[in-house]
Amino acid sequence: MADDSAPLVCRDIHKSFGDTPVLRGLDLEAQKGDVVSMIGSSGSGKSTFLRCLNLLETPTSGEVIVHGEPIRFRENRKGIRVPADQGQVERIRARLSMVFQNFNLWSHMTVLENIIEAPVHVLKVPKKEAIERAEAYLEKVGIRERKDYYPAQISGGQQQRAAIARALAMEPEVMLFDEPTSALDPELVGDVLRVMQKLAEEGRTMVVVTHEMAFARDVCSQVMFLHQGRIEEQGSPEQVFNNPSSERVKQFLAPNFQRSRF
Amino acid sequence: MLDFHGYGPELLRGAIVTTELAFASLALALAMGLLGASAKLSGSRAARGAATFYTTVIRGIPDLVMMMLFYYGGQVLMNQLSDYLYYNHGIDFFVQFDPFMAGVLTIGLIFGAYMTETFRGAFLAVPTGQIEAGRAYGMNRFQVFFRIMFPQMLRHALPGIGNNWQVLLKTTALVSVIGLSDMVRIAEQASKAEHAPFKFFIPVAVMYLSLTAITELAIKWLNRRANAGVVGGI
Repeated sequence: MADDSAPLVCRDIHKSFGDTPVLRGLDLEAQKGDVVSMIGSSGSGKSTFLRCLNLLETPTSGEVIVHGEPIRFRENRKGIRVPADQGQVERIRARLSMVFQNFNLWSHMTVLENIIEAPVHVLKVPKKEAIERAEAYLEKVGIRERKDYYPAQISGGQQQRAAIARALAMEPEVMLFDEPTSALDPELVGDVLRVMQKLAEEGRTMVVVTHEMAFARDVCSQVMFLHQGRIEEQGSPEQVFNNPSSERVKQFLAPNFQRSRF
Repeated sequence: MLDFHGYGPELLRGAIVTTELAFASLALALAMGLLGASAKLSGSRAARGAATFYTTVIRGIPDLVMMMLFYYGGQVLMNQLSDYLYYNHGIDFFVQFDPFMAGVLTIGLIFGAYMTETFRGAFLAVPTGQIEAGRAYGMNRFQVFFRIMFPQMLRHALPGIGNNWQVLLKTTALVSVIGLSDMVRIAEQASKAEHAPFKFFIPVAVMYLSLTAITELAIKWLNRRANAGVVGGI
C-alpha cells in the first residue's frame, strides 16, 4: 500500500483533453531517494503525466499527494475540475522543481538571476544567501564561469545545466525532469546526464521522463513503461529491461539498445 | 538673435503645455492599452467584447470629431450630472471641463486603442514556456505577470509604443482647435497678428522635431535595455 508520507504519491490519475483520454489511471509512488524514470513512445502520456504532478495540467480525476498533503480540487462553474486553492498549488510547486525539455530559462535574466529568482521571490530567501547558494549549485553543474551570461549566449547543454541549477536552488523535495536531453545535440547529452547521475547518487528524489534508455537502466531505481496512457510495465530496471513481460515493451526496447553507455 | 515680437515667453509656455499634454496623454494611453490588452486576452467574454467595442469605435472616428465630442459634449454631461447630484442628493460636485482635460482624455483614449493592439500582440509573443517556468516554480499570478510577462512583452511592444508616441505627440496640435494655448495656437495667433507665418511656425515645427528626436533616443535606450539577452537583437 502507498505510504502517504512519501515525497510524492499519486493515485489513479486520469487526464483527457476534450474527448481524448490521454492518461487512463496512473499510479506513482516515489520514496525519498527514488529515481523513477518514465519511458515509452511519443504520445504515450509520459510528459502529460509529469505535468500533472506539479499541476501544470490538472488531472481530470485522481489524487496527487505531496508529503502526505493531498492537493484539493473543486469543480468550476463549467463543471471542470480545477485546484481548489491556488495558494496550495503554488506552495507545492515550490517544493517540486521542474526541468523542461526546452530549458525555459527566463531569457531576460542572466544565468545567476535565473537561479536566484524563485528562491528570492517565492521562498523569500535573502538575496545574498540566494546568490551564495546559486554559485555553489553552478559550481556543481560545472558552469560557474557562465553566471553572468544570458541564456541565449550559452550552449544548449549549458542552458540545461543552468536549468538544473535553478531547480536545485529551490532545494526541492522532488525534482521533475521532462525529457531534459531531447532538445540537445548528441554531443551535449552526456554532460547533462552525468550531472543528473550525480544528483541521483546524492540520494535526491527524481522523476525523469526520458528517451535515454541507458540512463533509465543504469541510474534509476524504478522504471515505468507507459503505453497509451497506461502503465504497461513497471519495476526495477533489471526487470523491465532484461525480463519484460509485455510484448509492447520487448518491441520498444529491441532496437533501442544500440547505445549502451552515455 | 531671434526676434519673436515679444511672443517668445508665450511660445515657450505653449511648448511646455504641448509637452505636458503629450506626456499626460501617453500615461493614459499606456494605462488604457494595458487594460484593453488584458481584457482582450482575458477569459471573460464580456471583457473581450467591451475591449473590442472600445478599439473598434475609437479607431473608426476621426480624432478631431472625438475631441469636439469630448470638449463640448463633456461639459454638457458634466453640467447635467452636477445639477442632478445637487438637486437630488444635495451633493455639490462640479468639474470645469477645460481644453487640457478634454485633450488628455481624447488623445489618451484614442491612443489607448492603438496601444491595446500593440500590447495584445506583444503579450502573445511571449513564449508559453517562459510563463510555464514561472508557474512551475511557485510564482503567483502577479509575480508571473510582473517578473516575466511584462519585461518580455516590452521587447515586442516598444517599437509599437515608439510609433504610437510619435503620432500621439503630433496629434496634440489638434487641441489648439478647442482653445488650448499650446504652442500651435500661440503661433497661429502671433503669425496672424504679425503677418509672419514663417517666423512663428518654423520654430514650432523645429520644436516638434526636437521632441520626437529626443524621445526617439529615449526609446532606443529603453529598447536596448529590454532586449538584454536577445542574441542578434538590437
